[in-house]
Amino acid sequence: MFTFIARRLGLLIPTFFGITLLTFSLIRLIPGDPVEVMMGERRVDPQMHAEALERLGLNKPLYEQYLNYIGDLAQGNLGESLRTRESVWHEFLTLFPATLELSLAALLFAGTLGLLAGVIAALKRGSLFDHGVMGISLAGYSMPIFWWGLLLIMFFSVGLGWTPVSGRIDLLYDIEPKTGFMLIDTLLSDEEGAFVDALRHLILPAIVLGTIPLAVIARMTRSAMLEVLREDYVRTARAKGLSPARVIFVHGLRNAMIPVLTVFGLQIGALLAGAVLTETIFSWPGIGKWLIESIGARDYPVVQNGILLIACLVILVNFVVDILYGLANPRIRHQR
Amino acid sequence: MSLLNIKNLSVRFGDANAVPVVDGLDLNVNKGEVLAIVGESGSGKSVTMMALMGLIDAPGIIKADALTFDGSDMLTLKGRARRKIIGKDLAMVFQDPMTALNPSYTVGFQIEEVIRQHLGLSGKAARQRALELLERVEIPGAASRLNAYPHQLSGGMSQRVAIAMAIAGEPKLLIADEPTTALDVTIQAQIMDLLLDLQRDRDMALVLITHDLAVVAETANRVCVMYAGQAVEVGQVPALFDAPAHPYTEALLAAIPEHSQGARRLATLPGIVPGRYDRPQGCLLSPRCPYVQQKCRDVRPTLDPSALGEVRCFFPLNQPSHANQEPAR
Repeated sequence: MFTFIARRLGLLIPTFFGITLLTFSLIRLIPGDPVEVMMGERRVDPQMHAEALERLGLNKPLYEQYLNYIGDLAQGNLGESLRTRESVWHEFLTLFPATLELSLAALLFAGTLGLLAGVIAALKRGSLFDHGVMGISLAGYSMPIFWWGLLLIMFFSVGLGWTPVSGRIDLLYDIEPKTGFMLIDTLLSDEEGAFVDALRHLILPAIVLGTIPLAVIARMTRSAMLEVLREDYVRTARAKGLSPARVIFVHGLRNAMIPVLTVFGLQIGALLAGAVLTETIFSWPGIGKWLIESIGARDYPVVQNGILLIACLVILVNFVVDILYGLANPRIRHQR
Repeated sequence: MSLLNIKNLSVRFGDANAVPVVDGLDLNVNKGEVLAIVGESGSGKSVTMMALMGLIDAPGIIKADALTFDGSDMLTLKGRARRKIIGKDLAMVFQDPMTALNPSYTVGFQIEEVIRQHLGLSGKAARQRALELLERVEIPGAASRLNAYPHQLSGGMSQRVAIAMAIAGEPKLLIADEPTTALDVTIQAQIMDLLLDLQRDRDMALVLITHDLAVVAETANRVCVMYAGQAVEVGQVPALFDAPAHPYTEALLAAIPEHSQGARRLATLPGIVPGRYDRPQGCLLSPRCPYVQQKCRDVRPTLDPSALGEVRCFFPLNQPSHANQEPAR
């Protein structure tokens, strides 16, 4: 187990450099620079432009800029935003809980519903329910997130007026950010109805963000479950006289979870990618919206380091999933 | 009264017109006896017992005039009442022990599960009982094996665990479905010895599904020979081995390699088991039978009493001579 972890950590170093190089060059490939964007449509005085670039250190050769960037990183300095002059790390910490809250809600939605739908579809293979779930999940998987989000907003928010259109909480409420999780903060505050309001804000974006993972998990659970239900040990469990529920969940699902868990881990990356779009559509004040705005403003440090942080996060989550995988599957645990 | 009574059992997959996999099977198992069921692959041996255990799912259709075990009608008994019998009074050991155990749970957990379900023990008591069972099936270092996962066990060890699970509820009837087929030759004898020892020890009935006629000769009280879903001959061991009444039994015995010693080729029965499209109208063996008569091709024989048991043949072999029944050779 120790060598396994060490090997995995060793692999992180090249990955890490790859990401820095990629973000560093990609953001600079976009035409325009931070100063131009800040000036907007006003005529840029070449003199001022050059001075501003020099002040930001953006007039140096690219390799020198990159080395400075890596040097800063090595000292744990993530730099500061060109727009707000706030430290990138600080901004990340402030905004991240919003993204995390949204992602967890989406995962909860996708996980519970996906597992349930997958198991039932497998048990009722070939039934109308099975075909329905598989058809809908294929549609869900193929749905462009931004379009799906807009569709839901049009229907539920604009048409039926059930949920708010955007944001995390109504402007009426003044919630002190203690944990950064709106659901928890509203519970801690004494504002009446704030929790329900936060929940209503959360539902739609969570559904939108959870749709693709839901589709993937449902399909994966179904196929894993179908495979497991054919296994000899399921027959053995039935021959023991165990209840159908125990056979399905204790003996079946436990084994079907092993491949599903892998997919679950892979979905975390997709989830954060989806969060960028979802947050933009719902004006959700999280990492995704922050990055989109920073790209628009050519806020180099934010884009570079924001993406780096997210990449680290995805790596970390996959790492945890790998360990969970070992816990779920004794055959793997003993190999290491 | 017999422990298990099967009358005219048929199992089909698909609709009611599908060719039956088990076709009009009659079978009795008495208390404490060892009954062997032999026959080639696909003859319906396992399916019969799976039907009894309730392990046949849709689209399988089970029909019978009687399917009673220990006074319970297993044909109509459903749900909780049925599960009180399955795994307790009626237990089964399967063919491949390496896949029959759940890879995600320890051996102890899987045995205790039966104990908790059927004996109402839990916690330490269940653990203790599981340990005793592992010791009973002669697993070395039983205490440490409780926490082992199936992948850490050899095939023979896994089969012992599967047997421990099956006898946990102290069954009146244990069905062993080719319990040694997947094992090493050296282990096979040990597992058979263990099963027979348990059978004598607990006076439990044992149904042994097997291909191995040598094992049958050594272990069984009675044997049921199946062909294409039907019982073709039922009789006592070893009498049936000395004087088989059915041509198929005779061919089966002749095919034992030891019986062909010195010959250039093993004795075989030409032809193959009838498939779903060429099932004969008469006796199912008629296309392959060396003694076939016109009557065999036209009418299907029933399982009738013979000199030594029951046989499904118009012209049984080795009968006290009745000149009119003796086929022209």
